[in-house]
Amino acid sequence: MNQGLWIAKTGLDAQQTRMSVVSNNLANVGTTGFKRSRAAFEDLVYQNIRQAGGQSSQDTILPSGLYLGTGVRVVGTEKTFNQGNIVQTGNNLDMAILGRGFFQVDLPDGTAGYTRNGSFQLNATGELVTSGGYRLQPAITIPQGTQSLTIGTDGVISVTLAGQSQPTQVGNLQLVDFVNPGGLQPRGENLFVETTASGTAQTGTPGLTGLGTLSQGSLESSNVNVVEELVNMIETQRAYEMNSKAISTNDQMLQYLNNNL
Amino acid sequence: MDRLAYIAMTGAKQTEVAQAITANNLANVSTTGFRADLHAFSQRDVEGTGLPTRTNAVVDAYGIDLREGAIQTTGHNLDVAISGEGYFAVQTPNGGEAYTRAGNFRVGSGGLLTTADGMPVIGEGGPVAVPPNETLLIGNDGTITVRSLGQGPEALSIVDRLKLVKPDPESLVKGPDGLLRTADGAIAPADATVSVQSGALESSNVNVADALVSMISLARQYESQVNIIRNAEDNADAAAAMLRSSGG
Repeated sequence: MNQGLWIAKTGLDAQQTRMSVVSNNLANVGTTGFKRSRAAFEDLVYQNIRQAGGQSSQDTILPSGLYLGTGVRVVGTEKTFNQGNIVQTGNNLDMAILGRGFFQVDLPDGTAGYTRNGSFQLNATGELVTSGGYRLQPAITIPQGTQSLTIGTDGVISVTLAGQSQPTQVGNLQLVDFVNPGGLQPRGENLFVETTASGTAQTGTPGLTGLGTLSQGSLESSNVNVVEELVNMIETQRAYEMNSKAISTNDQMLQYLNNNL
Repeated sequence: MDRLAYIAMTGAKQTEVAQAITANNLANVSTTGFRADLHAFSQRDVEGTGLPTRTNAVVDAYGIDLREGAIQTTGHNLDVAISGEGYFAVQTPNGGEAYTRAGNFRVGSGGLLTTADGMPVIGEGGPVAVPPNETLLIGNDGTITVRSLGQGPEALSIVDRLKLVKPDPESLVKGPDGLLRTADGAIAPADATVSVQSGALESSNVNVADALVSMISLARQYESQVNIIRNAEDNADAAAAMLRSSGG
């Protein structure tokens, strides 16, 4: 059957995927710690119909060949780990990471998850957990009767208990970093999991060895740039229309053929 | 049957091929650094007995469109666009060197700088390895500077320099993987005059208006070829009818 139809179809598929990526970015414009994705396109393999430089007769060669492209595909969706805006919330359990790094949390299946979303809460036993209830790692328990809680830029958490004038340290919060954060696999719920491409997690103290520092009472907002996404959306829609035009043209050609022969 | 039908059939078939090339260009209208494929029809005489009156039209790839695509700023520090002529050099899986304009690089787990589909990007001394860093900058001449983890802004170090080449555009052919190579397989030398812009990507250079017009024109051309086939059929019908009537 007509190749053009199938080539244009790959264009529609790819633009459709890109539209999903753009929609997901826009949907998460208000998600704390969200990192936007971008669809990377690549041309599909080329068919070598006629080799350039082949013999066209015993002593002449073809000056140009014929390579026929077979369309386009989305080769990957890459996350962009730019810093999002820092929003002051005033909540003393909210933390934003200024710079590189992730919070590590325990997932229900025992593996580690990583997140930039620092809106923590307390569970029934006083442990710091994410809004999904996953325990922060290393586990930090806030004792009962805490009057005030301070998180230092280096992750030292100290509390002042009722009836005491001196604060006591209850734990050191640590961050993890990856060689290639772009290789992390998004898991939903603002979480990422480690993959071979991301490299292994390296734990460290905030502010040291390149890790970012913590800022208490603030959250990192989504790094989606709304204007950019809207422009992407327009471009995607027009490219989609062009590819569907290519399909209808090919269809008309076949229709003409069928009707006239 | 008259050979006319076969000439027109070849024409129609080759028009479909040209249409496939146009559709491929349109499908790649958002592919970073994509270079549109050009096509042209050339004549091939039908050889054999009788007078050389018949010529087939055969579609040929006519190289690639070398015009530059629009530069889009992304702000991503691993995105690089080439301003003006020139190409990035990447290492193909069989160890050879190929050239591309797509500068949406990333760092793999081993610290190698790669293209979006994982081919290592070549620097001055082979594939570029990037140490774990806080900041990575790519200068106008392709020099990669990093601030290593835990280092202050005073401790910037130069890692490598991207190999930027400027081979004769006429000598470049597109391989089956969409990357460009020199026709004779020679490795292009690094060229210091190529300049890049970081935080930006070059979009596909497919000219949408051209492609759409070419698509319409090819569709009409196809209809003409089909009409000729039908005329050949009508002629054959008429001849058969005449023979029938004279025979009866």
